[in-house]
Amino acid sequence: MKPPLLDIRDLQVCYGAIEALHGISLSVNEGEIVTLIGGNGAGKSTTLRTVSGLIRARAGGVRFAGEDIGQCPPHEIVRRGLCHVPEGRMVFANLTVQENLRMGAYLQRDASVVAREMEYVLGIFPRLRERSQQAAGTLSGGEQQMLAIGRALMSKPRFLMLDEPSLGIAPLLVKTIFEQIVAINRDRGITLLLVEQNANLALEVSHRGYVLESGRVTLTDAAAALRSNAEVRKAYLGG
Amino acid sequence: MKRHPQLWLLAAIILAAVLSASARPAGVNPYYLGVAVDVGINVILAVSLNLINGHTGQFSLGHAGFMAVGAYVASSITLGLAARFGGPALTPLLFAGSLLAGGLAAALAGLAVGVPSLRLRGDYLAIVTLGFGEIIRVILQTTDAVGAASGLKGIPKFTSFGWAWALAALTVYVVACLVNSTYGRGFIAVHDDEVAARSMGINTTRYKVTAFVIGAFFAGLAGGLYAHHKQFISPGGFDFNKSIEIVVMVILGGMGRTAGVIAAAIVLTLLPEVLRPVAEYRMILYALLILGLMLARPQGLFTWERRTGAKPGPQPT
Repeated sequence: MKPPLLDIRDLQVCYGAIEALHGISLSVNEGEIVTLIGGNGAGKSTTLRTVSGLIRARAGGVRFAGEDIGQCPPHEIVRRGLCHVPEGRMVFANLTVQENLRMGAYLQRDASVVAREMEYVLGIFPRLRERSQQAAGTLSGGEQQMLAIGRALMSKPRFLMLDEPSLGIAPLLVKTIFEQIVAINRDRGITLLLVEQNANLALEVSHRGYVLESGRVTLTDAAAALRSNAEVRKAYLGG
Repeated sequence: MKRHPQLWLLAAIILAAVLSASARPAGVNPYYLGVAVDVGINVILAVSLNLINGHTGQFSLGHAGFMAVGAYVASSITLGLAARFGGPALTPLLFAGSLLAGGLAAALAGLAVGVPSLRLRGDYLAIVTLGFGEIIRVILQTTDAVGAASGLKGIPKFTSFGWAWALAALTVYVVACLVNSTYGRGFIAVHDDEVAARSMGINTTRYKVTAFVIGAFFAGLAGGLYAHHKQFISPGGFDFNKSIEIVVMVILGGMGRTAGVIAAAIVLTLLPEVLRPVAEYRMILYALLILGLMLARPQGLFTWERRTGAKPGPQPT
C-alpha cells in the first residue's frame, strides 16, 4: 500500500507551559478528503498550524510526501505543495481580489501558469471575477472565504488544509463553497484536510474523519460510519 | 505618475537641478532655499519611514538613529577627504560617494535592528527601535573621534536645493516602484495579515528585514544631506523627538499613502516656519494644529479611498 501523503506521528505542541496536543497521530492518503471534528480547544486548528509550520511541535513528526517537514519554515512547506487557509478568512484587505490571487502564486515563476490558475479560480468562483478589481476588505464574509481558498489554489497545492471554511458565512455561500471543495478534490486530485464546526456538512463531503478531544484523537473512522455513530451524533451532530 | 514613472523621475531631477542652478545667481532669499532643502530632506525621511511603518506595518521609532548613522559617516568622509581632493570638479563625486557610504552604513544598522526585531510586534518593536535610536545617540555622544557631545563642525556646504529634491524624487520613485511591484505587494501582505502571508509561502522575515534595510538606507541619505546642509551636527539633533517628528509625518499623511506622506512632510516642515511670527506660542500652536488635523482626518490628510488601484466597489452583500 502506498504510504500516506501526510503522516503525523505523536505530535505534541505547547503554548508556553500549556500542552495543547498530547501526542496526536493521524494520516491522510493522496486523493482523500479528511475532516477533523471536535469541540472548541480540542486542538484542531493547532494541528493545522503545526503542519504548515506556523508553530513548532515540541515532539513528534510530520511527514509530507515521505519527507520530514517538521523543521521547515512555512514558505518551504508551501513550496512542497502543502497550503493552509487559516481560520478567519485572512485576506489582504488593502490589495484587490486579483492582487490577492497573485500573492497566492507568489512562489510560481511561470506567468502562463499563473494566468491559467487565475482563470481556473475565477471559473469556479465567478463572484470573484465580478469583483476582481475591488479591495478584498470590501468583500462579504463568504466572498472573502472564496478568495482565501482561491488564493491557496493559486499555489497549485497537492494538499490543501482549510480551517473552518463555513465560519460566519451565509448558508447559501457555504453550499457553494462546499460544492467547490468537492470539485477541487474530484477534478484536480487535490487532497484535503478540513477543520469544521459544521461537522455534519464536513462529514458529508469527506471520506474519513478524526474526532479530537482536548488534544487527543479519540476516534477515527470512515465519514459515513462517524455520521451514524451514536456518540458522535450526540456530541457533534446535534442528535 | 502611473504610466511613465521613469519619465516623471527624470523630469523631477532635471527640474530640481535647473531650479537649483538658477536660484543661486538670481539671488533668491537663502532662507527660503534653506527651508526648501529641509522640505526635501523631510520628504526622504517620511517616505522611507512610510515603507517600514506604513506599507509593511511595522512600528519603528528609530528613524533618527539611522539618519544619525548616515549623517556621521557621510560627514566624516567629506571632512577627511575634502582637504585632499578639494577640487571643485570632484566635489559632486565626493559628495555622492559620501552620501552613498552614509546610506549603506545606515542600511547595515537597519539590518542589525531588523533581524532581532523580527520576533517582536507592535509596541514591543517600537520600544526596541526606540532603544536602538538612543543607543546610537549615546555612542555618538561618547565617541571623541566624532566630537562627542559637541558634534562635528565645519562640514562643507555641499547640499543644494537640487541635491535634496533630486534625491527626494529618487526616494519616492524607488519606494513607489518597490511597493507597486509584484515583489512589493508582499510588504502590503505582511501589513494586512502576517499569518495569511506566511501560509501563502511569503517569507515574511525577509520582507520585514528588507523594509528596515531600505528604509534605513534612505534615512542615511537624508542624514548625509542634512549634515551638509546645516554644516554642523551633534548627537542631540538625532534624539527621540526627531524620530517622533518623522512618525507624525507618516501618521498624518496616512500610513502607506505615499502622496499623503509627502504632503504631510511638506506641511509639517513649513508649519513651524510659517508660525514664526507668533514667537513663543509657536510650538503650542504647532501642537494644537497637529491635534486638530489628527481629529479632523485620522485616516490621513489625503486618504479618500483605500489604495490607488483598488476601487471601493459596491456594498458587499
